[in-house]
Amino acid sequence: MSDIMPTDSAHDPPSDISPTDAGSDSGFDFRNLDRRWIFLAMGLSIAIPMLMGVVFPEHPSQEVLDVFATVEGLEDGSSVLMAYDYDPASKGELEPMAAAFVRHCAQKKHKLYFITLWPAAVPMLQKNIAILNREYPEYTYGEDYVNLGFRPGSEGVIKVVVTDLKKLYANDVDGTDLNELPLTANLKNIQSMDLIINVSAGTPGAKEWVQYAATPFDIKMVAGVTGVGYTPLVPYVPNQLAGILGAIKAAAEYEEAVLLEYPELRENPATQEGLRKMGPQLVAHMLVIGLIIGGNVIFFTDRRRGV
Amino acid sequence: MMKTSNAIWLLLLLVGGGFLVFRTATGSMGKAYVRHETFDATTHINKQIQKIDDEEQQELAKGKTLSEAKTDKRMKLSDRLPAVEGITWTKVSSAERGELTGSDGQPDTAVVFSWSRTIGLWIAALGTLAIMSFLWGDNIFYKVAESVVVGASAAYAMVVGFWTGIIQNLFSKLIPTAMRDTVLPGLPGSQEAELIYIVPLVLSVLMLWRLAPQGGWISRWPLAFFIGATAGIRLVAYLDADFVQQIGNTIIPLLVSDNKQGLMVGQSIGNIIIVIGVLSCLVYFFFSFEHKGVVGATARLGIWFLMITFGAGFGFTVMGRISLISDRFSFLFYDWLWLPKPGIDA
Amino acid sequence: MKRTVPLAIAAVTGFVLIVSYFIPYMQSWGEEAMIWFDILAAVAFVLGGGNLLKTHLQKISNRRAGWGFSIVTISAFLITLYIGFSKMGVNPAENFPEFSWSGDYLTESGGFGWIFHHIYLPLAATMFSLLAFYIASAAFRAFRAKNTEAMILLGTAFIVLFGRTHAGIYVSQPVVDWLTAISGAEAGSLAGLRLDRVTSTITSIFIVAGNRAITIGIALGIVSLSLKVLLGVDRSYLGSEE
Repeated sequence: MSDIMPTDSAHDPPSDISPTDAGSDSGFDFRNLDRRWIFLAMGLSIAIPMLMGVVFPEHPSQEVLDVFATVEGLEDGSSVLMAYDYDPASKGELEPMAAAFVRHCAQKKHKLYFITLWPAAVPMLQKNIAILNREYPEYTYGEDYVNLGFRPGSEGVIKVVVTDLKKLYANDVDGTDLNELPLTANLKNIQSMDLIINVSAGTPGAKEWVQYAATPFDIKMVAGVTGVGYTPLVPYVPNQLAGILGAIKAAAEYEEAVLLEYPELRENPATQEGLRKMGPQLVAHMLVIGLIIGGNVIFFTDRRRGV
Repeated sequence: MMKTSNAIWLLLLLVGGGFLVFRTATGSMGKAYVRHETFDATTHINKQIQKIDDEEQQELAKGKTLSEAKTDKRMKLSDRLPAVEGITWTKVSSAERGELTGSDGQPDTAVVFSWSRTIGLWIAALGTLAIMSFLWGDNIFYKVAESVVVGASAAYAMVVGFWTGIIQNLFSKLIPTAMRDTVLPGLPGSQEAELIYIVPLVLSVLMLWRLAPQGGWISRWPLAFFIGATAGIRLVAYLDADFVQQIGNTIIPLLVSDNKQGLMVGQSIGNIIIVIGVLSCLVYFFFSFEHKGVVGATARLGIWFLMITFGAGFGFTVMGRISLISDRFSFLFYDWLWLPKPGIDA
Repeated sequence: MKRTVPLAIAAVTGFVLIVSYFIPYMQSWGEEAMIWFDILAAVAFVLGGGNLLKTHLQKISNRRAGWGFSIVTISAFLITLYIGFSKMGVNPAENFPEFSWSGDYLTESGGFGWIFHHIYLPLAATMFSLLAFYIASAAFRAFRAKNTEAMILLGTAFIVLFGRTHAGIYVSQPVVDWLTAISGAEAGSLAGLRLDRVTSTITSIFIVAGNRAITIGIALGIVSLSLKVLLGVDRSYLGSEE
């Protein structure tokens, strides 16, 4: 049976050390701390604030306000390409900002064109479109928004849609001819978009939209990205990217910016998803800082002792 | 005598398991609901015909007639009525448990308990716990869950690639009539067979030949097309957006002033730091010169700028990863265990 | 032939796309090439699935370690594939009810949508979320301020970790207020010292500088690599001699 279901000893718990093995008078040897205690601490630092509903006030920073101003500054009814390129692995971080963008655009009655370059993002598009169906019943499919769905090819898709969209997208996700929909009947390519809003988790994503659409064709663009993807995009601001939202903090600030402008949205708890996630975020950050300091204290103490 | 760690483990399992059994037995967790809506094809087509009739009335009121395209569309819709007669189905969409009761306080009969989604919810929750069990140590539950996700995700990508790429872009161009009669009835009528698409069809077959026991070398041809295309588009894109534009973005005034405030010290210092930072980092990347003397000092400054960049990158990465686990806990606590959401549920 | 033809294909394709960028007359050639590219990208998904099937079937037939889990993988793969290809549980598109295969394969109420929402989504999301725990573990075990550069890196990380939460304001606002009081400066003039503002400064100045240099360096690398591929100097993608 062992060859069918072999054990991977690399990740087995160390047999000679248990979390309570005494290595010091306190009963805890921090030098050889079983990492499962750290995992537990991380888990509790997120679970407890979440269950207690710890929420902190957020003040939109200048970079968030730049993004907000870009969307708000468009004339009502402008054409916006909603390029949502994220998958289930990053939805925890990006869904709040994706939803905030949808609500903000819907408040401004912008015409929305949903598209994605990631195969696993199609249900994410559906979830954001469900916000329109639920909270903005006046939004009519085919007249106010359209779901173009996914096409494989990464940056190859951008290269085509930026010159002739219908060569790649003859139909929407429901198989309807784009020439039959009022919103897309006269759409030649995405150069006619007033703004590209890209929410992206990696490649292909914001960088590709900047390189193949925003820069060569001078299309205004804002992006919402994960923490990992944030710093490489900063050089594009503000000439190639009007603004970026980086990680859940920026999502929470953007939600707050939208709520300050449209206070009636505060009655809907779903508009504060990012804000609710900042409570656990703070505690977990403090834990990580504490762990780094703790690890370095042990390191320097040992170095001074000559261990 | 049981080991301490095993005793703790057993206690956790008993408490946790007991809690789950109690909550499930009292109906206080882990259920999914759906909203049923009947779709009648004839009604739907008639609605579209009615919409065109309404548009015609509006046009007539303005003294105009309906366009030929709209008239043609109405005729085609009317012609389809016999074919769609009797076609009905139940549309199913997610519903929250709060929707069981309508706004008038009466039970909403359209919202019902869903066995398939409830089973799915439990599979998702137990699968989540199985993956998280890897934090304790490698185990069979994790391995099974991992195997399932590997298989399912590969098949998912294949299905998506087939329906969106092969059907939509290849077969619709090669055999549009067959596609229009089966899976793509909305394909524009003007779409005719484009025989040039035999080339990508052949390239596709050659690519799949990689899996064959013999002759796999032929897959280099479509691979070369792929690589050549990628190289071609990236060369221009990176040169424009990441080289020329970035140099342009760095040519910024070192002394910033305006009419009202005069010299803007903060912005000027910022710009000077940016220019010095970019140049010193680029000097560091120049490995053709030995990093000694002035070059060495500049390169060292560049390293410090890069360390600040990477430190900030680490901070943002930590932020990102933590929000992912927040999301999973949120699913377990609120979607599965139905724990009250603070500030939302009473 | 085995190596010359692919080199020629790569060169011709690449140069057509480069030239089509600059010459409007050739733009349609470039668009056509990109559509073929997109079709091949879709076929690459099929190839990936086929390769997975081949690898795991070989593992089972050779009874290599872990072959039991390969059975699980293949079962999940084949079930998902069948449900996806057959559009099981998918109703026709509302605008084309008489065409039973016209519906969107990924509707929420269909079998494929069920698999995505209840298997792929939760398991994939949880896999990636485990990184949070490993980051915490690495923070304790590995991040050491051994030299100046490491201290700068960790110091910046602390500022960002503090500044990107409410703790940054909570901790630094009293310090800023105290500094304003003892220095006699105008109220609000030292607000830039608050941790969240310091983080913004780091983002808008230092990160821009560092990443811009990295971006320029990468761009030059990509350009040279692309040229080497198109000119046939770099042939690594062709694999070994055969």
